[in-house]
Amino acid sequence: MERKITFKSKLLNEDEVRRALTRIAHEVIEKNKGSEGLCFVGIHTRGISLARRLVDLIERFEGRRVPMGILDITLYRDDLTEIGLQPKVRETRIPFDLSGKAVVLVDDVLYTGRTARAALDALIDLGRPSRIYLAVLIDRGHRELPIRADFVGKNLPTARSEVVKVKTQEDDGEDAVELWEVEST
Amino acid sequence: MSASATPTFPPHLLDFQDWSRPQIESLLETARMMQEVLARPVKKVPALMGFTVATVFFEPSTRTRISFELAARRMSADVVSFSGAMSSTAKGETYRDTLRTLEQMGIDAYIIRADAAGVCHQAYRWLGKPILNAGDGWRAHPTQALLDAFTLLERLGSLEGKKIAIVGDILHSRVARSNAELLPLLGATVVACGPATLLPAHLPGAHLTTDLREALQDADAVMVLRLQKERMDKGLLPSLPEYIAAYQVTRARLAWARPQAPLLHPGPMNRDVEMEGILAEAPQSLVERQVANGQAVRMAVLYHLLVGRKRSEG
Amino acid sequence: MKGEILFRNVRLVDGRDDLGQADVLVGEGRILSLAGGEAPRVVEARGMVLSPGFCDPHAHLREPGQEVKEDLESGLSAAARGGYTDVVSMPNTQPVVDTPEAVRALRERAVRIGQARLHPAAALTQGQEGQLLSEARGLREAGAVLLTDDGRTNEDAGVLALGLRYAASWGLVVAVHAEDAGLRRGGVMHEGAVSFRLGLPGNPGYAESARIARDLEVLRYVQSLGQHPRLHIQHLSTRRGLELVRQAKREGLPVSAEATPHHLTLTDEALQSLDPLYKVAPPLRPRADVEALLEGLLEGSIDCIGTDHAPHTPDEKALDLLRAPFGIPNLELAWPLLYTELVEKRGFPLPTLVARFTDGPRRALGLAPIHLEEGAEASLVLWNPAGARPVDPAAFASKARYSPWAGWLLSGWPQLTLVEGRVVFSASHPELLY
Repeated sequence: MERKITFKSKLLNEDEVRRALTRIAHEVIEKNKGSEGLCFVGIHTRGISLARRLVDLIERFEGRRVPMGILDITLYRDDLTEIGLQPKVRETRIPFDLSGKAVVLVDDVLYTGRTARAALDALIDLGRPSRIYLAVLIDRGHRELPIRADFVGKNLPTARSEVVKVKTQEDDGEDAVELWEVEST
Repeated sequence: MSASATPTFPPHLLDFQDWSRPQIESLLETARMMQEVLARPVKKVPALMGFTVATVFFEPSTRTRISFELAARRMSADVVSFSGAMSSTAKGETYRDTLRTLEQMGIDAYIIRADAAGVCHQAYRWLGKPILNAGDGWRAHPTQALLDAFTLLERLGSLEGKKIAIVGDILHSRVARSNAELLPLLGATVVACGPATLLPAHLPGAHLTTDLREALQDADAVMVLRLQKERMDKGLLPSLPEYIAAYQVTRARLAWARPQAPLLHPGPMNRDVEMEGILAEAPQSLVERQVANGQAVRMAVLYHLLVGRKRSEG
Repeated sequence: MKGEILFRNVRLVDGRDDLGQADVLVGEGRILSLAGGEAPRVVEARGMVLSPGFCDPHAHLREPGQEVKEDLESGLSAAARGGYTDVVSMPNTQPVVDTPEAVRALRERAVRIGQARLHPAAALTQGQEGQLLSEARGLREAGAVLLTDDGRTNEDAGVLALGLRYAASWGLVVAVHAEDAGLRRGGVMHEGAVSFRLGLPGNPGYAESARIARDLEVLRYVQSLGQHPRLHIQHLSTRRGLELVRQAKREGLPVSAEATPHHLTLTDEALQSLDPLYKVAPPLRPRADVEALLEGLLEGSIDCIGTDHAPHTPDEKALDLLRAPFGIPNLELAWPLLYTELVEKRGFPLPTLVARFTDGPRRALGLAPIHLEEGAEASLVLWNPAGARPVDPAAFASKARYSPWAGWLLSGWPQLTLVEGRVVFSASHPELLY
């Protein structure tokens, strides 16, 4: 289902993104009372680069590099018949034991909550963490499920006709959060 | 939530006639992802929850049927299993009747094996649902070729420019035909070798020879086919000793191929007939990988045939 | 002059000539005049063509014993719709037609049905078992025109020779399904590039030519004994087989040959669809064979069209390629098919094609030819060279309501068929039917 979207405005610039990530990293350390038993799992695609940034930041602050995995939730999505697409199944790799760990799931945008729900199902199939946190750069509202993020970079009220695009240095060449509009046909 | 879509796939897997190289590579890529699922303690994902898949085996084969059923179950699909002969008497139920009965039960996809070519094509015409060909007569066995290609890629990295030898009863082999169709699509050259009476006059995609040395010389991989005893009964071959003398793949003969060239067999194997029994356990043998990869490949095929579709009304 | 039916402004084409337009008066079972006259029933036939009724030397009407596939009613109605006034039915029924009583019963039943005329063929050997000869004299007396073990192949040359000798002494033609059972080896389609690619058991063209070569030698042998056998080669399908027949005719051997509508219009490529609709024996051949057959038909080495109409139930034809029975039904569309594909599309001379449907088969069977002249028997077909319409199997009179040519746009559809002056089929003048 191809939609036509047009650029509307830049919501966060490079510095603002980095400051938001720094704050999240500090909040995680505070909530977990240190970095002991902590691990990060980034959700494809941009959740991965964001997770890696957070792992780097925590290493800088705490002197320890906590483990990181990547998660693809395509096989856990429940909305595919509506979309009618065949999304690409991407790699899931969690090269450490999840048992007893505090997992921070990382995604770029929290919206309906369906991705987060799918990620929770996947994570539970993959092991028995002692607890699971959700960290997102942007929470744009419009939840359809009772899901909330434990760590949020920025809360951004949006309209359903808008699209929030997170760009990262690693994936897009720059750090930014942009607002785009879906063209009504 | 952005989703980059894979190229759209044909609505069935009957053979590779409607498939392009990018589509096949995408399918094999998905199979790689499924391998990770199979490495988990809980080997299950909910991707096909709510879908019902029927295995309809008019030609018996427990191993293959179980492989498909497991693949469907690992994707959380419900599985219905039919196994029986193809009856053509006025009293017996024809296979069209069987398929029509299953249709009433709300089946989303059919995995069909039959002893006659074209049954899957007919089934698609009658049912209009995704059909996965698990082997139709001597004509095609696409998932076998896919798992063979997948297994070779695992070991060799790429099939581009590689020479693959297929040895045995080529004439009656759907495994040979499907591999001869698929492997060249991925850049390999195929040489098919067997006794003169078991070799077709034409096999697009393959070079044909009755000379085992010519086939195995510098081959990057060797695929050995099962020899069925019926061939002697039907007078196509004079005797088993003669076949073994000329065409059995032995350690000595395997040395003609490239060093450490992988050895494949679609199973079940007649030990010390088509190949020396001891080779089955050799490090070159990828037979166990083939079976494991069969799962991943079949999960990937089911995923692409069903995901995104509406579930049947029962 | 007074008659029963007047065809006004109709174009006359028979096996000899295209005679141009005329007003044809029919009465008392004959053509009374080509110069018009009076009649209570008038058919305005401008734009139409009148030809002698077609004769099919080879159709499977399945009676007795297999009436679920076809019976005399549906089969002879289908024939009449196809413009046929005469049909030879094959004896491979259940039981096999190999007694004078059986032949008589079929003839009488056909007369009561009153559609196309039936000339039953009888088996060459008892039960078509290929061992003991059938009673050629009695069968001839009962009305059989042809002896054949079609449905099976004549594996024993000695038996064939005996059969030819005995049949010759009673003036009967022997027709053969010429295929070597050993070379055929359970093939379901032509053995060639297509069959090898599809992994289907193939039936090589040499199974046919090898058998034709043998049968021609047997024919020579029987001739050398001072007898006058007549051999008819059914459904010729290969170039090689045609070459053998052509050469034999050049030498004056008493052999005739037929070709079917499907072997003249379809090739083995049709089997790519894996649809058993195209499964037939002998199998559909490659284009080169089809082209050779068309040449043979033009020059007359192939004497006639034999439909080999082989109806089965739609359920049977929906079985898979290994189990579905062999055979293609085509009585109702043989003429429009070949008229469209050969005359319209390839410029085949019309009188020649008419000859292959009329004089050719009648001569091969020893029946009197029918020509469009005063006094001739009024067994005729009025057909429309225009009026292209798609083949619609649902509208067939035959019970085999399926067709490899479904949807094909054809012209030449018969409009009216007369048997000895009596209208047995009318597409648009139901009031003319008895």
